[in-house]
Amino acid sequence: MKNPLDSLWGTIISGLILTLILYNIVNHFLGG
Amino acid sequence: MEYVPAFARWLHFMAGVMWIGLLYYFNFVQVDALKAAQADGTAAGITKHVVPRALLYFRWSALVTWLAGAALLGGNFFLAFGLQGVYSAIGIGAWLGTIMLFNVWFLIWPNQKKILGIVQATDEEKTKARRVAFLASRTNTMLSIPMLFFMGAGAHVAIFFG
Repeated sequence: MKNPLDSLWGTIISGLILTLILYNIVNHFLGG
Repeated sequence: MEYVPAFARWLHFMAGVMWIGLLYYFNFVQVDALKAAQADGTAAGITKHVVPRALLYFRWSALVTWLAGAALLGGNFFLAFGLQGVYSAIGIGAWLGTIMLFNVWFLIWPNQKKILGIVQATDEEKTKARRVAFLASRTNTMLSIPMLFFMGAGAHVAIFFG
């Protein structure tokens, strides 16, 4: 499997997905 | 005016713009520009005159950003890094920024020193150094996306988490 960080779009999409995951963690588990 | 937090916030923004601006320059401009320059034999000027200067401002602005951020957190530093209550959003931003600072000083810069010939390295070591520095830089670009989100969210919790 290709490393997503080898492409700029892969890097940006990975960053957006990580943002969504972390947002949900903070919103649901840590009380914002 | 509360001089220390006001100055710390201003400095944090200015140094942060320089740090992330140079990070985006490396990733969005320089990587492809160097490939094209190597293909037509004009890369030497970039690696000799541009890269060392960009890296100088890059690594020191990263450190200043972190220190100003720590000063800005002040007495809430451990609440943020401990992800406590309303400090959890800025805490996530602070943790991501800290990981990025680590990458700059312990992965990107030491490997760039080998690539640029500041420290001795064999061709094999340089090839490995290029890959490690590239991936660390791309990792920081990826982490900058949630980092900037949580920096904004931490300062405006009602908007982002209301």
